[in-house]
Amino acid sequence: MSKNNIIRPYGDTSGDGKMQLSFSLPVPPDAFGKEAARLLLERIGFESVEITCLRDLREGYTHFIAYAVTSASVDTSKIKVKVVETPVMDMEATDAYISEHIGRKLTVVGACIESDAHTVGIDAIMNMKGYNHRFGLERYQMFNAINMGAQVPSEDLLARARKEKADVILVSQVVTQKNIHIKNLTRLIELAEAERLRDKMLFICGGPRISHELAIELGYDAGFGTGSYSTDVASFIAITLAARAVKA
Amino acid sequence: MLKLDIDPKLKTRARTAAARIAGSFAWLFDDYSSLAIERTVLRLMGIDGALEDGKPLPNVVVDHLQAKNALLRGAAIPVANAMLSRGLNAQDVAEAVGRGELDLSELPEAPPEQVYKVLDKLSTQMLRHIRGQREERDKLFAEYGPRRVPAIYVIVATGNIYEDAVQAKAAATEGADIIAVIRSTAQSLLDYVPYGATTVGFGGTFATQENFRIMRAALDEVSEQQKRYISLTNYASGLCMPEIAAMGAMERLDLMLNDAMYGILFRDINPKRTLLDQYFSRMVNAYAGIEIQTGEDNYLTTSDAIEKAYTVTASQLLNEQFALLSGVKPEKMGLGHAYEIDPEQENSFSYELAHALLTKELFPDSPVKYMPPTKFASGNIFKTHLMDAMFNFVGQLTHQGVQLLGMMTEAIHTPHLADRSLAIENAQYIFKAVKDLGDNLSLAPNSFVNRRAGEVLREAVEFLEMVAEDGLFKAMERGEFADIKRPENGGKGLEGVFRKDAQYFNPFLDKMKQELGL
Repeated sequence: MSKNNIIRPYGDTSGDGKMQLSFSLPVPPDAFGKEAARLLLERIGFESVEITCLRDLREGYTHFIAYAVTSASVDTSKIKVKVVETPVMDMEATDAYISEHIGRKLTVVGACIESDAHTVGIDAIMNMKGYNHRFGLERYQMFNAINMGAQVPSEDLLARARKEKADVILVSQVVTQKNIHIKNLTRLIELAEAERLRDKMLFICGGPRISHELAIELGYDAGFGTGSYSTDVASFIAITLAARAVKA
Repeated sequence: MLKLDIDPKLKTRARTAAARIAGSFAWLFDDYSSLAIERTVLRLMGIDGALEDGKPLPNVVVDHLQAKNALLRGAAIPVANAMLSRGLNAQDVAEAVGRGELDLSELPEAPPEQVYKVLDKLSTQMLRHIRGQREERDKLFAEYGPRRVPAIYVIVATGNIYEDAVQAKAAATEGADIIAVIRSTAQSLLDYVPYGATTVGFGGTFATQENFRIMRAALDEVSEQQKRYISLTNYASGLCMPEIAAMGAMERLDLMLNDAMYGILFRDINPKRTLLDQYFSRMVNAYAGIEIQTGEDNYLTTSDAIEKAYTVTASQLLNEQFALLSGVKPEKMGLGHAYEIDPEQENSFSYELAHALLTKELFPDSPVKYMPPTKFASGNIFKTHLMDAMFNFVGQLTHQGVQLLGMMTEAIHTPHLADRSLAIENAQYIFKAVKDLGDNLSLAPNSFVNRRAGEVLREAVEFLEMVAEDGLFKAMERGEFADIKRPENGGKGLEGVFRKDAQYFNPFLDKMKQELGL
């Protein structure tokens, strides 16, 4: 790190603080509306506000595109983030790692729980086909992958995991309207604790609005957000369970 | 003129195989009914409303009849019998059953001719109302002019029908031709239709008859202001498929998502229940002049869009044959497909063009429903907006019927007001820019696009011929569709399927069949 760790947004000159903004307000697309948008940005702390576009959204709403300057900055030397720290291996390496360090197949039970009907996330991680040139867990030699699909009640997921003596529970939450994903994920963990399953297996969640930090906060072992692949999840499982096997 | 060079013999083989598959279900359509179909009959007889705990009266009555082992001749006869016996209307009968004051299985039997007379009157009344709605739509289209091609289709999904109405009006004023109210995510698996206006939902808004009414009124208002008829659509799918079709017919919805096999594959609803329910719901749609739309896009979101392109074609052909059996005309069959190829794929646009042209070639009269990129939409809204533009380009170039607009925030959230507006702006710009371009272009005879389309059709033909040989249920059981295994007696809702007895009577089915010439 250089001695100066203070950073600001970069437009085209170091430290110019320029940001691109886009938002809508319940105002008409006229001088009055434009002033409302400008005042709002100033209230946030922006300077040199330029409203570059007003788009009439009808029914009394307007969409604004703006550029503005912020004097806010961040000291990068003080940043702490929780990220999944295990290295990422490809499928062959993960299979070899599990054979060598654990010596048996790992059972993963996955589902998209409660009201969520969108299997795109769990399928990308678990299904044979995988996503973007990474095969899903079903394709791995050393995983017994069970994908229960969508709208699975938390109770059913836990019952299946118990029956299969699962090593890992994998939960996907795609729908996040009104923070329903937080409610569903919390419910699953509470049930798991009540049924004394929480410490018997890894609990991993994933979805577009899930971060590792949020997952830890909710009581999960790990969380995978946008841009995560089967390889990330598989490596984390292999390395974490191998480390636990050594301790036990 | 942009047109494929396709072997006509392949087209014939494809249709022959698909017709064989769909035609093998006469035993199911003729001899069976379902709880959802019987609830639909009651709704069409004028029964509506719910008990205090939210259980809708059509469910109350059908469950009552089933518990008393009195459902095998259908729900219509026992309710009509009670109307005669007690001098009540259908709604009063249902309410009395709901209060526990009336046991439909213990009433004396009125003479059959009187029962049929009551049912004839009720069904004539309702079918007249539904025909009236169809004529009203035809009149408004005649007055304001036909829908543009491709039509601009956007969704609203706030969970609150009143807020949906504001967003829908905004979108329609900006240029949307069709508004879809996305359903709350869990609704397809509910074995009842909620009652009344709703203001809370997840990922969407509940489909209820009152919500249909509220949205129809809002769109009628915009239609009049804009002098452009704004269509409304919802989802006749899941365990209440025919009930929702009937509600849509009564409230003048204009389109309905209504796939023959989607529920089986992607919602794990029992295969028999699904095929049976789709048969009756499509008949209701056909009678009401409602354009059905099918869900082939789902095959591509779960599998690779190049490798499994033939499953889209195969499903389109099956949806077409099943729809014909229910009396749906080709110009009311919005068969589906989607722009879902990996943008990293070289020449992805040529593949998409081939697939889009193949759909138009096979179904020239269908208002094809073209779905946007979703699988490779990402948090990079700028790139997604660009992919949506390419999708719009293919849509206009190949004259798809309905362009379901992509949203640049597809991968992030249900669309914000501005996202929807930008999507409409994107489509309007592209549609205008390349409006007649397709008329000026032609494909080189042995070009990639021609070869690719032929290859997909050939794969679809081979697949359908294999399924025709083995039977649809057997093929589904083996996981031949979308790599998902669905056994004939598995999935949700099988307990709601029953074999009709010799006295079974559904006045709506009989009359609609007759009028539709089936």
